[in-house]
Amino acid sequence: MSLLEINNLHASVNGKEILHGIDLKVDIGEIHAIMGPNGSGKSTLAGVLAGREYYTVTEGQVLYQGKDLLQMSPEERAREGLFLAFQYPLEIPGVNNSYFLKAALNAIRKHKGMEELDAMDFLALLKQKTKLIEMDESFLNRPVNEGFSGGEKKRNEIFHMAVLEPKLSILDETDSGLDIDALKSVSEGVNKLRSKDNATIIVTHYQRLLNYIIPDFVHVLVDGVIVKSGGKELAIKLEELGYDWVREETEHAV
Amino acid sequence: MQAIEKNIQWYQTRFEAFERSLNGEKSLPMHTLRRDAIRSLGEIGFPTMHQEEWRFINVAPITKIEFEPVFRYELNGTTRTDIRKFLLDEAIHAVFINGMFSSELSDIDTLPQGITAGSLAKAMKKNPELIQPFIARLIKGGENAFTALNTAFLWDGGFLSVPKNTTIDRPVQFVFVATDYRYAYAAQPRNLIMMAENSRCKVTESYIGLAQNNYFTNAVSEIVLGENSHLEHNKLQLENMNAFHVGTTQVRMNAASHYISNSVSLGGSIVRNNITVVMDAEGSECTLNGLTLCTGTQVIDNHTAIDHAKPHCNSHELYKAILDGKSKGVFNGKIFVRKDAQKTDAKQTNKTLLLSDDATINAKPQLEIFADDVRCTHGATIGQLDDEQVFYLRSRGIDLAAARDILTFAFAGDVINRITTEQLRLDIEKMIRARLDIGHAE
Repeated sequence: MSLLEINNLHASVNGKEILHGIDLKVDIGEIHAIMGPNGSGKSTLAGVLAGREYYTVTEGQVLYQGKDLLQMSPEERAREGLFLAFQYPLEIPGVNNSYFLKAALNAIRKHKGMEELDAMDFLALLKQKTKLIEMDESFLNRPVNEGFSGGEKKRNEIFHMAVLEPKLSILDETDSGLDIDALKSVSEGVNKLRSKDNATIIVTHYQRLLNYIIPDFVHVLVDGVIVKSGGKELAIKLEELGYDWVREETEHAV
Repeated sequence: MQAIEKNIQWYQTRFEAFERSLNGEKSLPMHTLRRDAIRSLGEIGFPTMHQEEWRFINVAPITKIEFEPVFRYELNGTTRTDIRKFLLDEAIHAVFINGMFSSELSDIDTLPQGITAGSLAKAMKKNPELIQPFIARLIKGGENAFTALNTAFLWDGGFLSVPKNTTIDRPVQFVFVATDYRYAYAAQPRNLIMMAENSRCKVTESYIGLAQNNYFTNAVSEIVLGENSHLEHNKLQLENMNAFHVGTTQVRMNAASHYISNSVSLGGSIVRNNITVVMDAEGSECTLNGLTLCTGTQVIDNHTAIDHAKPHCNSHELYKAILDGKSKGVFNGKIFVRKDAQKTDAKQTNKTLLLSDDATINAKPQLEIFADDVRCTHGATIGQLDDEQVFYLRSRGIDLAAARDILTFAFAGDVINRITTEQLRLDIEKMIRARLDIGHAE
């Protein structure tokens, strides 16, 4: 059984179909990159998987650990180990990062039948994870993302991921808006969290993130369909030749 | 209209009975104030929704009931255990039962020497010359039917006089407890806080409804801040959900003084809070913070007025309301900048969070500026919880109800965090968490 199995997924926004039948299988331990030009449906796919109500699934099926993912609420998906790193992480004034993570982690632990962490153990865990992600501890007591720079917000997303230890992480344009140093350090964080017990889907427009996080598979999404899949070398070829190359090749194939 | 007039007659009759019980005190100067007030009540009459200042709140349910004014102290079976959870640990407490001072429940004797606090009735007997220049005089210009009603039956309430160059380290708490009588009654505490120059203190007024039935609290607080004095003045309104509450605070500020008001309204069925601050000398700073939580069919109306009468004064105002059910909130914030009040810096912010489709808010900022070299800003927002923020929390595993509660609490926290009376801040946090049904932050 695959960790994630997407079959013929169609999704629309306000009656307009964006995804025209996506098929994708992700197994545990793998990193998949989904690349595509603007408007190809990358963020729609990430949003549908995370449970954004904005999108309507009109056809198809998504199985996550053998269960019907589309029947689950966003919080159930998170509790079952799905994580979305947002393209634009939200600022939550008045809610500090550690309180937020404690509420989240304990909700997940409760769902798994584990005991809630007490304040001491939780703080110890947070400190350990800040070291791992190389994030300053002062971020723990600041309101979630409020006043954070673009890079700090993205790093905070990876920090959330480190604390919540998801099975399947979806990184939605995590590289957007980052300078090269921030990109490197955010990637390092992701690489440290990579293990044979989890999987990652990286959604990106550019190949540059994939220099730091090496994918096992690359899929090219154009106009709501995956038109090509391959290994990491596909990303490099895309960077060289651009998305038009895939478009042309696909048209020829038709 | 007739019912209202009939009700004025009721209070006039009650006044006569009150007067008869006063004996010798009738001849004291204080009583002239009461007489003036009952006459003035007859002239003004109770407000209706036809009057601009009362357009959004219907006080007819209050004014049509014949409330028996309380001017005798009776414990009504209230014990310290009943009120313990409302007492701030670190504070010096003056407890009032239905507006009358209770020496058995208070511990004001722990105050440092030289500071007079506790019962206004006692202070009027002991030091009338100290009180007379201020009582019912500070409020001049800010009167309405309810303040007149309070003055007519003026008898007792919270009193605090901080001498010059004195700082009271412990907060002072006036606790107004409403208990049940067999009849509908009006508790009308009259409070006077006098801060002499260079004095500093924190005062909390807590209005606690232990009663089950309908009653009416009609409170008036008069406050004067001497030069360079500093007062944090908190009001926690926790009347029972059947009660009516009208509270008026009138503040006069002298040079370089600092007044901070934190007003939190959680209880009552019909509530009106008035605060008027006159910045009567240069270099003063006034901060008004307010938080209202309304549910069911509650109506809570906050009227504030800041009068920049002199130059170089700053005011900051932040009022927030969280409205659920079919409740109704009103905010009216006036800022006057007089012709002389150059270099005024005034900022007003009003934010409302509507948690249900049936809750309503009437928000009205009102700036009247007659000086030309000033900075005045105001902003009002009315909205619902942000769907994107809710989704963000859910995407981390937090369920929908908890996500909404966490965000609602954060909205309130912005005001609560400004209260520097630590224990009060924690208590209010706890009350709001309980109301929103969310756990404790560590």
